[in-house]
Amino acid sequence: MPEARVIPLRPDDDDPFVPPATPPGWEEQLAGGLEFLRRRITGEYETDEFGFDPDLTDHVLLPILRPFFEKWFRVESQGLDNVPSQGGALIVANHSGTVPVDALMTTVALHDDHPASRRLRLLGADLVFDLPFIGTMSRKMGTTLACNEDAERLLTAGETVGVFPEGFKGIGKPFRERYTLQRFGRGGFVTAALRTGVPIIPCAIVGAEEIYPMIGNAKTVARLLGLPYLPITPTFPLLGPLGLVPLPSKWLIAFGEPIETASYGPAAAEDPMLVFNLTDQVRETIQHSLYQLLLQRKGVFA
Amino acid sequence: MPPAVVLVTGVSRWLGGALAAELAADPSIGRVIGVDTVPPSPDMLHRLGRTEFVRADIRNPLIGKVIAAASVDTVVHMNISSTPAGSGGRAPMKELNVIGTMQLLAACQRAPSVRRFVLKSTSAVYGASSRDPAVFTEAMQARAVPAGGFAKDSLDIEGYVRAFSRRRPDVDVAMLRFTNFIGPRIDSLLTGFFRMPVVPTALGYDARVQLLHEDDALAVLTRATTGDFVGTVNVGGEGTLLLSQAIRRLGRVDVPIPTPALGSVGRLSRRFGFVDYSPEQMRFLNFGRVVDTTVLRERFGYTPRYTTEAALADYARTVPPVISPRLVQSVTSRVRSVLERAGDTATAVGERLRPAPPAPGLRAVRDA
Repeated sequence: MPEARVIPLRPDDDDPFVPPATPPGWEEQLAGGLEFLRRRITGEYETDEFGFDPDLTDHVLLPILRPFFEKWFRVESQGLDNVPSQGGALIVANHSGTVPVDALMTTVALHDDHPASRRLRLLGADLVFDLPFIGTMSRKMGTTLACNEDAERLLTAGETVGVFPEGFKGIGKPFRERYTLQRFGRGGFVTAALRTGVPIIPCAIVGAEEIYPMIGNAKTVARLLGLPYLPITPTFPLLGPLGLVPLPSKWLIAFGEPIETASYGPAAAEDPMLVFNLTDQVRETIQHSLYQLLLQRKGVFA
Repeated sequence: MPPAVVLVTGVSRWLGGALAAELAADPSIGRVIGVDTVPPSPDMLHRLGRTEFVRADIRNPLIGKVIAAASVDTVVHMNISSTPAGSGGRAPMKELNVIGTMQLLAACQRAPSVRRFVLKSTSAVYGASSRDPAVFTEAMQARAVPAGGFAKDSLDIEGYVRAFSRRRPDVDVAMLRFTNFIGPRIDSLLTGFFRMPVVPTALGYDARVQLLHEDDALAVLTRATTGDFVGTVNVGGEGTLLLSQAIRRLGRVDVPIPTPALGSVGRLSRRFGFVDYSPEQMRFLNFGRVVDTTVLRERFGYTPRYTTEAALADYARTVPPVISPRLVQSVTSRVRSVLERAGDTATAVGERLRPAPPAPGLRAVRDA
């Protein structure tokens, strides 16, 4: 006699009914908002020596950026397991897009998509900190000046530091040169990584080039305003403030294999040839993965 | 070996007086001589104990006679003015700071008895600019060299002290670079600033502020006078606050003013004797400054008892808040309860209008 078999009659009933996770009710959200306001008025929040304000970042700045990340640019992050869950790491990425939106989106990617919710501490040019509002907001978001002292202090403290060695050359390049990497600074980021022995993680960002395609540069006006460049895009300044809306390109952010630096020892930072070689290696890796990502992407706005 | 005869300049101000009193209370120190241009207040005089007060101007060569006659072996130079208001204008301030230090150093160089020189300097020597690294160590220099005011004076003074130390290598020189002082009793730039009910700040900027409690300042000065530390050390509390945050914690009202207008507000407030906004203080209010205190803790051997936060909290005890945290708490909780009640009513009405669908999970089964 064959053994009795249990035949599920309604296979779809096997999973017990789980009510979908309700987003926090509006009462809770309101209570949270009021508590946040109370903290802001009485100053009961923490800030660090770089001026980083995690309370403001988590409750105001990241929520503002998130719709851009999820809906507008539909950012896909890849290779997040290459970013360690703890300890220092130096993330080196290509820079583009006229306005450093790529830096902001990488920050959201690491905070929202990485299992350890890592905070990206960006390094910015001194011009950023000269500007009122923008300079303070950048500091509150965790950005600090791109100098070896600050980079090494952050890396020693076990933070993930983000750097864009192309600087203004990368972000302010004309649209026809898209996805070609510019000179990688003077290799200061490599010496910082060597001195602190943290891995360098090459990061390729595709999509930022198309948000404000720069077809011209009003150099004279830029010089008058003390800016490194003043972009002319198909929509700006033609459409006025409407031209400030970024084009909704499709974004891919890929974190590559970490390049180990600890084995060289801190003294290796004094060897310019090694620094040049490592800089080139990082640059080549990013350029290569940019081409790969471009092949993966089905269309600019797809 | 404890010093036999200590000379403290600037003894009529709170910190100088407190140091002299502390040293006078130490029986292992032979004599304590306090020097200042103005006599200390009766209250201070009482605290100074056995300190001998000499009313002398360090800009006058007379100071040399005092040092030689008493065979002073340790000199603590604290007579450095940080605001023009305290010394009757910028020109007398610079005179007192720079020429005074030069005279004092000249006298010390001539006196073979001098063995130790302690300078109360300031972290303002690092300047304040957008090109600054976030944290300054003792080995770093100002990225934007201060062009005038207290910071420039302090840079000059440090330069003269270094030159003195080259000429008299047998003298141990300790330079203490203090961050901003705060506390219930001390009168500093920030205490005056925070005492205003409405605090004008630079619109679009927020400075990082590192504070040092007066008790810690006193302890570090005492230790530097009686100890054997040689070199330069940053002295500041652990941690930092943003200027806006500090103002909020004190229950003050922060009024951001566009930078060009801030200058005239500063002149106005100076006229009415409130606070002085000089151009270098403006830069400090824009960018702030933080120093690394590893040398203080490891080589100098002192860990401040108060963090920046605790020092501010201790100071806050003496300034009644304009916006009290309790008021904020009660307002937020009242707003919350009102909104919750409104919300409950809304959901009740909503349920009445649209009854909730029956919970799924059970399905009607038809007989086959």
